Amino acid sequence: MTRTPDAWAALRAHPWRYLGSRWPWGALAYLLTTVPIGIVMLVVLLGILFVGALTAVVVVGLVVLAGIPVLAGVLGVLERARLRLVQGAPASGMSLRERLRAGRRLPVSWPEVGYAFLVAVVLWPLDALVVLAVFVSVTLILAPLLATVDTFVMLGWEVEPGPEAWLAAAIAVPALPLAAYVVGVLAVAQAALARQLLSPRDAELAQAVADLRRSRVDLVDAFETERRRIERDLHDGVQQRLVALTMTLGSAELDVPEGPGLNLVRQAHRQAEEALEELRTTVRGIHPRVLADHGLAAAVHEIADRSLVPVTVEIRLDERLPAPVETAAYFVVSEALTNVARHSGARRAQVHGWRRAGSFILAVVDDGQGGAVVDRASGSGLAGLAVRLDALGGDLRVTSPTGGPTEVRMEAPCAGN
Amino acid sequence: MRRQLSVVLAEDAALLREGLVGILERAGHEVVAAVSDAEALLAYVARELPDVVVTDIRMPPTHTDEGLRAAARIRAEHPGIAVMVLSAYVAEAYVPELLDSAPHGGVGYLLKDRVGHVREFLESLDRVAAGETVVDPQVVRQLLGRRRDDGPLARLTEREREVLALMAEGRTNGSIAQELVVSEAAVRKHVGNIFIKLRLDAGSDRRVSAVLAYLRG
Repeated sequence: MTRTPDAWAALRAHPWRYLGSRWPWGALAYLLTTVPIGIVMLVVLLGILFVGALTAVVVVGLVVLAGIPVLAGVLGVLERARLRLVQGAPASGMSLRERLRAGRRLPVSWPEVGYAFLVAVVLWPLDALVVLAVFVSVTLILAPLLATVDTFVMLGWEVEPGPEAWLAAAIAVPALPLAAYVVGVLAVAQAALARQLLSPRDAELAQAVADLRRSRVDLVDAFETERRRIERDLHDGVQQRLVALTMTLGSAELDVPEGPGLNLVRQAHRQAEEALEELRTTVRGIHPRVLADHGLAAAVHEIADRSLVPVTVEIRLDERLPAPVETAAYFVVSEALTNVARHSGARRAQVHGWRRAGSFILAVVDDGQGGAVVDRASGSGLAGLAVRLDALGGDLRVTSPTGGPTEVRMEAPCAGN
Repeated sequence: MRRQLSVVLAEDAALLREGLVGILERAGHEVVAAVSDAEALLAYVARELPDVVVTDIRMPPTHTDEGLRAAARIRAEHPGIAVMVLSAYVAEAYVPELLDSAPHGGVGYLLKDRVGHVREFLESLDRVAAGETVVDPQVVRQLLGRRRDDGPLARLTEREREVLALMAEGRTNGSIAQELVVSEAAVRKHVGNIFIKLRLDAGSDRRVSAVLAYLRG
């Protein structure tokens, strides 16, 4: 027998399946437990309103009244959990602990407050009535038994032992399944209402996710802009000065006569050139010019040409990728090939890049010994790139079984570009 | 002994522009204009018709490859004017673009540091003005480091590749012989073999074509 996922599904199924399932009992328990909860809520709410209204003049009352949303919140937590009795799963929402931690920053949830009043004023008396009806039905069924023990009075009807008691039972028997359905429908309706009022609204959640995503992309963008600025500053400032310095030293070499003086000038020239070369390497690591000018394929070819391990490059792109994707891809290749040269013992490597269904996919494969891992905690190298790709809505995967081969594969969405 | 050249110079960094003017004038060349963007470069070239144009690759407004595009245009409109392009870094991607603009030589691609080696730089400038193709040795070395399993260069022996690389740097047979410590006759033989293996016909400037084939891989 297949299990029904919630009471509503069970209600719509074959009567035998509903009556035989656990859902009538769950619904009854739901309604039954609503009664004491509702009474407690009513008492506490009345207390708060009374005390609050009395003392409102002295401001303290306002603080007391502010307890209502807190109370509603606590009820909300309880009710979300209780939904399991009817709906199979509790509603999502903040736990009590999270709620307390969030403290005052949490805005008042008016649907929660509304639900609290609903429970206190409307729902529990209604539920009590239905539960009472069930209790009456059950008692009547037991009438033949009970009447023999003691005088049996139900709703002003003094039931005599014998035929009269059997009549009472006979009336009640068909009432039981009816009661099961009434209980079920009421519980399902009430649970749906609770979920409606207590579940965090999807639109708000979607908005929050969208905000979060945008702020992460903004961060990546800001980071990228900063890299470009640093690259430009170094390139247009320090690097130019060093080149000018080597030019001056080069001119001096022509003028200074052979001797120790000239040797020193030559030495200075050499040192200036070394500084220039170091600076150039640094600039390349920050943001390579050729990437900005000529795009990913040209820039990757350049990395491949510098690589000590022979690399074949095959990047098929009709047009430029969005800048963040391009930069991320460049650094993935750069980092992966650095690792290939340092750790893999590979004899050759391949870089493939292609578009597929609104995504750009890039794979760096080597024939080395494998065993590479991405240490996300370290935040360096490939791990940092994985985080960056994550922010772009893409991902980075490294498959590197012991013995190889190693594949570093990135995928990033680039639709509409 | 050195021919005095008239030069139009384009470089947006004032410091380097002044330095270049200084070096060129010291060598006895006449700098007829020193400008800071590609538009002014094209205007002055059209007016002055210099012997040589020396230009940075990156210039305003976009700081990408204005100098390179200006160079290609100058070559197309005034094939008699030699062009020397300066780059701040090795970027192989720029090389084919430049060489495509100059199938008959008269172009140079040098790294800016090379300018610091003043004598070398001036020699390169003279060679470009004389219609040769000069590519920075460092660029050539980088291209040399690339291994290719296919393409016409695979047919060459290691020695022939060495000779070709030196040719690409703009060396003469004599200079190549000196570098590799072989006789000039041996170099000539290698060069001949290279021409044959790359199937270069005698009609065009085979030396330049060989270098182009080499640089394109």
